[in-house]
Amino acid sequence: MLGIAPQALFGQLLIGLINGSFYAILSLGLAVIFGLLNIINFTHGAQYMMGAFGAWFLLQYAGLGYWWALLVAPLLVGLIGVVLERVMLKRLYHLDHLYGLLLTFGLALIIQGLFRNQFGSSGLPYAMPAELRGGFNLGFMFLPTYRAWVVVCSLLVCLGTWYVIERTRLGSYLRAATENPTLVRAFGINVPRMITLTYGFGVALAALAGVLAAPIYQVNPLMGADLIIVVFAVVVIGGMGSIMGSIVTGFALGVIEGLTKVFYPEASNTVIFVIMALVLLVKPAGLFGRAH
Amino acid sequence: MNWRTLLTVVATVVLTAGAAEAQISDGVVKIGVLNDQSSLYADLTGQGSVVAARMAVEDFGAPAKGLKVEIIFADHQNKADVGSNITRQWYDADKVDVIVDVPNSAVALAVNQLTRDKKKAFLVSGAASSDLTGKACSPNTIHWTYDTWALANGTGKAIVKTGGNTWFFLTADYAFGHALERDTEAVVLAHGGKVLGKVRHPLNTADFSSFLLQAQASKAKIIGLANAGGDTTNAIKQAAEFGIVKGGQNLAGLLVFLTDVHGLGLPTAQGLIFTEAFYWDMNDKTRAWGKKFAERNRGIHPTMIHAGVYASVLHYLKAVEALKSDDGSGVIAKMKETPTDDPLFGKGTIRPDGRKVHDMYLFEVKKPAESKGAWDYYTLRATIPAAEAFRPLDKGDCLLVKK
Repeated sequence: MLGIAPQALFGQLLIGLINGSFYAILSLGLAVIFGLLNIINFTHGAQYMMGAFGAWFLLQYAGLGYWWALLVAPLLVGLIGVVLERVMLKRLYHLDHLYGLLLTFGLALIIQGLFRNQFGSSGLPYAMPAELRGGFNLGFMFLPTYRAWVVVCSLLVCLGTWYVIERTRLGSYLRAATENPTLVRAFGINVPRMITLTYGFGVALAALAGVLAAPIYQVNPLMGADLIIVVFAVVVIGGMGSIMGSIVTGFALGVIEGLTKVFYPEASNTVIFVIMALVLLVKPAGLFGRAH
Repeated sequence: MNWRTLLTVVATVVLTAGAAEAQISDGVVKIGVLNDQSSLYADLTGQGSVVAARMAVEDFGAPAKGLKVEIIFADHQNKADVGSNITRQWYDADKVDVIVDVPNSAVALAVNQLTRDKKKAFLVSGAASSDLTGKACSPNTIHWTYDTWALANGTGKAIVKTGGNTWFFLTADYAFGHALERDTEAVVLAHGGKVLGKVRHPLNTADFSSFLLQAQASKAKIIGLANAGGDTTNAIKQAAEFGIVKGGQNLAGLLVFLTDVHGLGLPTAQGLIFTEAFYWDMNDKTRAWGKKFAERNRGIHPTMIHAGVYASVLHYLKAVEALKSDDGSGVIAKMKETPTDDPLFGKGTIRPDGRKVHDMYLFEVKKPAESKGAWDYYTLRATIPAAEAFRPLDKGDCLLVKK
């Protein structure tokens, strides 16, 4: 096909899927937050970066390795998210989306600026855990063990989240609170606390993606700045607030981007935005979104 | 009034007018440091270049010589249009006399043209494209530290000669990457090597796995990284992950800076071979300067770009002092006719096409066990003498060079 051996193509598809894993976790977090809080969380990229830095801090100052970081860093960053929601975001719920967007965007710039000031722009090294080094020779490509782990981890987290929100009692409370918070409160459920914890969870997802990314990319203050724009495009394509939509679109766009890197690499950082424009023209609510 | 007195009056007027022109404009020599302050090149240029410029002004002893020097800086965000706007603002409204550094060849080429139109002065340290002293050469520009031709000539030649004769390029898709790829390809071909393929990636790419897979499939012995900063470090890190080096292919980082090696860490970076113009641990003078610099730059040691900013500003101020003027074209001409001498690059010259000429060095990154601590990273493999380090004067198609 177009001068590319089928084997090479298969390798590229797999690579696309791996990159899609990051898009999926990040867009999932955004979708959860938007679905429940109506906040367009532009700090998501900065929180992803904080997750990666969290892993680095834990190793450097507490001697905690990768596996602990996978648990502790998202918790810590999620906690910071909870504080953020309590102190600032909750004041914005009755206002237009735009205010939430401006606040979170401003916060992202401040956080990234502070980290860049402290740690520079070249990034810090974070070694891969020994258990996940090496890889498998699949015949058509060399698959690093770590990348396989990222895909598995991402699928588990995404499907787990989907299951909790769409199939459990807790999830039904969450969805009901989105539709009619007053009524849900009347049943004796503490809606504000639920919202706070949901924001914390969405932020923790971003931080988890950050920890997963730390051994592959440089732990860099700016690592989230470019990614977040792409992830927003993913969310828009999938449909704001749609859980499954954001997961499926995340993986699918990873694959499409991967293929672009083979056939027309110069366009690989714009292809997602082209798709976004097309989707908005044809289906403004996104592929999986419901028009209000 | 007879004709003799008239002539004297006219002569006096002309002479004083000339003298008035040859003064420091508005009493201040204003230096504008224009570079990447916030993105992937911020550590290897950024605030460090501002610090280097300040150190040059201090070491020159401007106040004692009655010279008032002011330094301002701005972030061009790696965008040619942003860089052009700042340049216009600086030259037209802020009375900037000279612009220094300007990494990112796309921005530098734009500043180069504007500086020529406005007859100001431009001292390039950060940008790499050899076109700045080739087809885009200008009587108002000096290219100080390095260029793509020198990198290709140093690293490319060394690698082809030791058996790396088939290449695949990962190239940053803008002026710099294209120039570096072109110049390296020429060296590879000239020494009997072959280029099996190339792929161009957008500037500031996080994930290189797809490109690395293509490089792997090409079976080329050498994967040439015609990119810089964060792009290079990400590519090197991920190449290790995909078992590229274990599979028998080698990486050639065509432009690697000290801060990149620091960011990668020695376990990942060890064994890399590349060409640079400066390393802080070369002699007593560079060590002393490097230490002083690091103290003022959050502990980050100087890259060759920082060194180039220091040395070029120092030489610029000497020319301003000698000329008693900060007229752009005049100072650049004076800089070219005066031999250079500074603690970092030693003695050197500037050619008519604007190319500053000095030795270049082939370095290898130390193994973790060989390093005595942070920032002790390079071993000198070879010195490329000044006469061979840069593109011959008649090969650049520069119109300033008489054939």
